[in-house]
Order: sequence, then structure tokens, then C-alpha cells
Amino acid sequence: MNLPLWAMVTAMLTTATPLVFGALGELVTERAGVLNLGIEGTMYAGAFVGVLVAGSSGSVWIGLLAALVTGVLAGLFVGVFTVTLGVNQHVAGIGTTLLLIASCNFASRLLYGGGSVPQVPKFSQLLPDVPVASQYLLTYLAFLIVAPAMFVLLRSTGFGLRVRAVGDNPEAADAAGISVARTRYAALGLGGMLMAAGGAFITLAMLGTFTLNITNGRGWVCIALVIFARWRVIPAVLGGLLFAAVDALQLQLVITPQFAGIPQQLMSALPYLVVIGALVVAGRSLRYPGAYLKPYRRT
Amino acid sequence: MNDPVQPAPGPGGPVSGGPGSGGQGSGSEPIAPLIELVGIRKSFGDLVVNDGVDLAVDHGQVHALLGENGAGKTTLMRILYGLTRFDDGAIRVDGAPVRIASPADAIAAGIGMVTQHFSLVGTMTVAENVMLSGVGLGRVDRAGAVAAVTAAADRLGVAIDPGARIDRLSVGEQQRVEIVKALARECRLLILDEPTAVLVPQDVEALFGAIRRLTADGLGVLFISHKLGEVSRISDRVSVLRRGRIAGSVPAAGIEPRALAEMMVGRPTVGVRRTDRPAPLTAARDGSADGVGAEVEADLVAARGVDVGTAAGPDAAGERPAGTAAPQRLRPPALRLRELGLSGGTARGRDLLTDLNLVVQPGEIVGMAGVSGNGQSELVQLLSGLRRPSRGTVEVNGIDVTGASPQRMIAAGLGRITEDRHASVVPGLTVEQNLVLEDAATFRRGPFLDSGAVRRHASALIERFNIKAAPTDPIGALSGGNMQKVLLARALAREPVALVASQPTRGLDVGAAEFVHTQLLQRRAAGGGLLLVSEDLDELLALSDRIVVIYAGRIVGDLTIEQADPRTLGLLMTGQRLDEGEVA
Repeated sequence: MNLPLWAMVTAMLTTATPLVFGALGELVTERAGVLNLGIEGTMYAGAFVGVLVAGSSGSVWIGLLAALVTGVLAGLFVGVFTVTLGVNQHVAGIGTTLLLIASCNFASRLLYGGGSVPQVPKFSQLLPDVPVASQYLLTYLAFLIVAPAMFVLLRSTGFGLRVRAVGDNPEAADAAGISVARTRYAALGLGGMLMAAGGAFITLAMLGTFTLNITNGRGWVCIALVIFARWRVIPAVLGGLLFAAVDALQLQLVITPQFAGIPQQLMSALPYLVVIGALVVAGRSLRYPGAYLKPYRRT
Repeated sequence: MNDPVQPAPGPGGPVSGGPGSGGQGSGSEPIAPLIELVGIRKSFGDLVVNDGVDLAVDHGQVHALLGENGAGKTTLMRILYGLTRFDDGAIRVDGAPVRIASPADAIAAGIGMVTQHFSLVGTMTVAENVMLSGVGLGRVDRAGAVAAVTAAADRLGVAIDPGARIDRLSVGEQQRVEIVKALARECRLLILDEPTAVLVPQDVEALFGAIRRLTADGLGVLFISHKLGEVSRISDRVSVLRRGRIAGSVPAAGIEPRALAEMMVGRPTVGVRRTDRPAPLTAARDGSADGVGAEVEADLVAARGVDVGTAAGPDAAGERPAGTAAPQRLRPPALRLRELGLSGGTARGRDLLTDLNLVVQPGEIVGMAGVSGNGQSELVQLLSGLRRPSRGTVEVNGIDVTGASPQRMIAAGLGRITEDRHASVVPGLTVEQNLVLEDAATFRRGPFLDSGAVRRHASALIERFNIKAAPTDPIGALSGGNMQKVLLARALAREPVALVASQPTRGLDVGAAEFVHTQLLQRRAAGGGLLLVSEDLDELLALSDRIVVIYAGRIVGDLTIEQADPRTLGLLMTGQRLDEGEVA
């Protein structure tokens, strides 16, 4: 068996990019104590709005910008329910996901009828002829700028300290004069923006168009990655790479004659099985953020 | 403005808590107090928690605020720290009115607070916790925070590692971090809310030393407590809060604890004593020449007024010859632990419980002292049948129940009152349903619950244990004291041979705690063997026949009540070895 290793690594980095964006977005919200299950819908909306605006404006950059704004708004929307109203975070998040996906599908049907969405301007790869390095700008951004920035942000900035404090002990943060609500909104907004960037990457970089079920559960994978990473930045990035690696591997195996006997569906399920396996291993003796899932109310 | 409530007489005479009366000891010209609360009112619905409270703290003064649970102390402190909005009244700093609507306002006004539940983020370091308040959004100044911690620790007279993670520190160390945090913010008034409740005696001494150091610098301290003894040791002035009002305010010098106790409780108190042994408290007091905690205890005892011999009650002491409840050696031990061990789970890789050997005879109360987190919870879970031991055996009344189900343990004669009373009831069920939860099998008619029998049983227990609730009330609506009575009733109704009681009076007011103590002693008098797990040394010393000390999952001391005094217990609880001969 002879696997095209460099091609696989290249594919892996591309596949991992939306996961890294999404996982980092989810990570910062969860560190602030809010489980944002709106992630799947937020990525979906980012993917759709990106295409919509890139198509109508003719600029992929304006499309991306619109996607980011959508993500911020989606995060704040979840905040209204989980922070201000103190609603159950599972319900608020899943509700948001359902709402956003259905709205995008509805809008898509109104705008494009039942037919396929036309191709829109998309990002092109930098260094197209160099193996591994032939990636989209957003991939470079995700690994070289966003991930290190998130690491520094959480560790060494006042904002990061605030996020960790409201996520672990909101009473203590409140007593220190930090607004729990504002910090959580900020984390949700930032997280939503990153999630939407992940979604927009799928449409504006990988495909150049939008199809139904575009995110295909990637948001849920990000949730698993964050838990697998125990809310730490570097393991989250590595987890995204692991998932993408298994995905790239199964895509190769499907077309490798020796594995022809294995049903393709089973192969497609492989990365998800790996995630479940990793969670089973890593999920034992987890230390969740102290205020995970808990709305904060002064008593 | 006059205080509507006449201050109770004290050696120093009545003193008004009103404005302008501060500046104690400041010669002719009365200067404005550091902080002044004027006519503070706060109600939650119909319940008036603070009813026109006046209170002033001077520069360099330790002002103690004394009161029972529910007297309104904590609400008042939360108001002063901006955590609770008040309905009416004013707060003045150096004579000038200030608006305190949030902790940020309080911090800006120079107020720092250390609550019983520390406001620390466990996953962060000491320095990060200190820089948390007033932190901006950008890059943090770690070096500056480290310097601030070191400087404040110097002022406090203690050593603190700025890079240590909070959840790796002991409770006493965490409390010091809280004080350092307040000092680093340049607070001028430090509020300490029951600071000694969580400390071992040695840490209490260190805290008092630190307070004296700080007040010498001009810092004002508001010291909340319900322990009379420590209040008279540390404070310059004592104010007593009762039912939301200041019942009196007196200088601490020459203070009469009994008078304060009366002010606190609002009625004359009787002495608390176990009638079957010469007041062990005296021994404890004599045993510690430096007086660590001993007077605290004696005074608390004076305030609580539990007297098993004379306390009125439906079935008070008269029926039981308390003096004859000596351990009865002919019967098997009520509870026997042999080489009990529980593996795993801790960060440091040691076992949770190691080689526990313990015998509780019938008619004996064995107290278990220890700083929380040293294996007590695990032991109680194990004795509740919620965990299986890794090694060793558990016998109840001579029956081996090692690793048995909760039902079998109950059947063998083991009763227990666990530390988290909210986890011990099913909040959605009624009082009567909770009362028969553990032995629903005996109230059955065919496959159905015999509701008539349940009702009769519950009504009898409600009567006997003086529970203020109807059988059909949801248990979640009960006060902590009444809920604990339900649990007590449930455990005692079966007349268990062995009773494990963990923190049975934590968070209860004086009256309820008194009731629980009386019931435990009655169980002992009736021949039950009790294992009393408590972090309250006063409680252990007042009730136990023997006290064992648990540290890092091992029993490190086994003292008779005559040998036990707060100092010795404190040393053992912090893992220090005693010199040979100090305890025979």
C-alpha cells in the first residue's frame, strides 16, 4: 500500500481549519461558563451568509466580513437567553442551531429556488504548487495567528483572566468588580465570530458555493474536541488535526483497492468513531469549568 | 438620630451607635469614623432583615459584630460590600456619604471583604487572583501583581507564594490570600465574615496576629462572629445584632460574655453541660495555658444553653439515667472498622483512606476531628454504602457489612446523617415521603405504599422531633434546621445501634443545633454508639467520649476527652506529630 503522504497532510490541514476555528470559538465561550450548542447553527449561518454576501457584492472579503458579523450576532443571541434570561443552556443552544439552520435553508430556497446555489467568488490557495504549504489564507490565519493569539489571550491578558474567572467562579469575579454578564457576552460574541469563520471557510474557501447540510455536524465535533482538549488551546488544535488526519486517511482508504471490501459508510464514520473513542478515554476524570452550564445570579 | 433600641448595659456603659460618636479614644475633638452605616434597612418580601442598623468603625479599630445565624449579619456585610441593595439608609466614609451599588464601588471606597466562602478562582494562581480586580483587557502586569502580593504578605507577616495555584492551598492559606487581595487593593476597612469558622486553632492565632499588625497600621476591621470568646480577645468594640437590629454596642474591654450572650439570644441562657462527666470544658481550659480556643468554647457553651440534664424537651433527661451510659463491653461494638482502606482519586497519588482501625462501643460517642478533605466525606460515603472499600472490613453490631448495599447496612443497625442535608432528601417529595424513604418496605400494603401507616408514622415523628411542618409539605420548603430534624428523625426512628453523624449542626442556628445535640446524647444514653464527624471542635469537645483525628486519610490521634484540648487537636489536624508524652 502506498499512501500519498504529502497530499494527505495538505488535505488534513485544510479539513482541520473549520474545526480549529469552531473549537477555539467554543473553547472561549465554555471557558466563560457557557456551553454554546448554537455552534452548529452559527457555523451554518456563517457558511450561508458568506456565500450570500460574497455573491451579491462580488467580493469574497465582504462575504467573509458579513459572516463574521453574523457569528457575533448569533453569539449575542445565545447570550440573551443564557446570560440575561438564565435559560437552560442546552435548550437555548439547540434552539439557536435549529433556528439558524432552518432560516438559512428557508432563505436559500427563497433566493435560489430549489436549484443549486451559483458559484461565488472564493479564496484561492497561496503557494498552489508547494505541497503542504498550498493552503488558503484562512488556514494560515487559523494555525499561525488565531490559535497562538487565543493561547496568549486566555493566559496573559486581562480579558482572558476575566473570562476564566467568570467561567470558574463568577461570584469571585463579581466580587472583584468584573461584570459577569458583559464578560460572557464578549466571550460569546468572540466565540460566535470564530465559529462563523469556520463555517465561511467551508463555503468561501473550500467550495465556493453553498449546499444544504453544508456543515455536516462539524459544530458537534468541535464541542467534542473542546472537551477532549480539556478546555486548553493547544490540545484543541491537535484534536482538530487528529480528526482531520483520520478523515484524510479514510478518504484515501476508500480509493485504495485493498480496502474495497469495506463499506464506504463505515469508512466515513471512522473519524467520528475516533472522536467518540478519544472522548471515552479523555472524558474520564474531567474537571469542568466551575460555572459550566450555570447561569449567574446575584443572591 | 437616636438608636431606637436601647443598648444593653455593659461595663463600659451604653454607647450610642449614631453618627459623631466614633473616634473612640481620640481625646477632645471627635473625628469622623472610618466607615459609618446609618439607619440601614433591608427587607426581602415581608421579611425585614436589617431594621435601621447604625454601626461605625474607627481607624485602627477592630469592631466585632456579633449575632446568631439569621440575625442579619451577613446581609449587612453584603450591603456594605455592594452585593446586596439596601432599601433605606446611608453609608459614609470619613464622614462623607458614598454610593455603594456594586463591589467595584466598595473597593473604590476602600472596603475589602473576606467571606466564609472565599472569592477565589481555584484554577488560577495567587497573583492572578490578586490582579483580577481592576484588571483591564490588555496584557496583564504579572510582575507587578507578584510584587503586590509579596508586599501585602509582608505587611500581613506571612509568606505566600504568588505563583501557587489556589486549589492546592490549605483553607488557612486561602484565607490569607483573600486578605492579601484586599490589602493589595489598598483597602482601609477589612470585613472578615466569621473568619475563624474554617480555621484550626493555630491558624486562628496567626490570623489574630495579622489583624493586630494591620490595625496598628490604621486599618479598620469589622469582625463578624458568633463566637463570644474570640470576640472578646480580638476586638476593641462589640456590637450585637439581633433580629436585624443593633441590640447593643459596648467596648470590648472588661466585656462580660454572659451579658453578650443574652443580648445575642435575647434571653438568659443556661449553661451547657453533659451531666455525666465533670465539665470537660474546664479540663480543656486548664489544659491550654495559652488559651487557644478554650475560652471560645466555654463561652459558646454559655451562649448555646444546651443542658442535657435540664433542658426542657418532650423527653428530656429525666427519663434517661445519663450517668450510667458507660460503654457496655458485653455487647459487640456498635461499629468496628478494621484496616479499612480506599484507593485512588487524589492528585498526590496517595490513598483516600489508609488502614483505618476504629471501634465505637455501644453507649459511646466517638468524635472525629479533621480539616475537611482529609477523608471524612469518603469514610461517611463508605459507611453509607455509596462506596466500596478497597481493603478492610466494616462491622455493625458484630455483623460484617463490608461493601454491603445501603439497605443491608440499615438493616444491620447503621443509621447515618450525612453532611449535605440537601443531598439526603428528595426535594420534590413531601416530608412524610422523605421520612419513610429508607424503609418504605415496612409501610407496604401489597404492592402499594400504605399511606395511612406512613401518615401515622410521620405525624408521630413530627411530634416527637418538634418538626415545624405538616406531613404533606414539600421538604424543599423547610428551613435548614427543620430539614435536619427530618433527617435526624429518619435516622433515629429505627433506633440504630450505630449512628454516623457528619457535620450534623453545620449552618444551623443555636436553637436547632441545641436540639440536634440533645437528640444525639439521648441516642447515646439509650445505648447507641455514635461516630460524630465534625469540623467544629467546640461540638466535638462538648459531646464526645473519645476524639480521633483524621489527617490525609489516616487516623493520626486517638484521645480520651480528658486528653483532648483544642491545641493538641489542632496540631494533629494539621499533620504535626506530637512529642512523646504530650499525650499519654
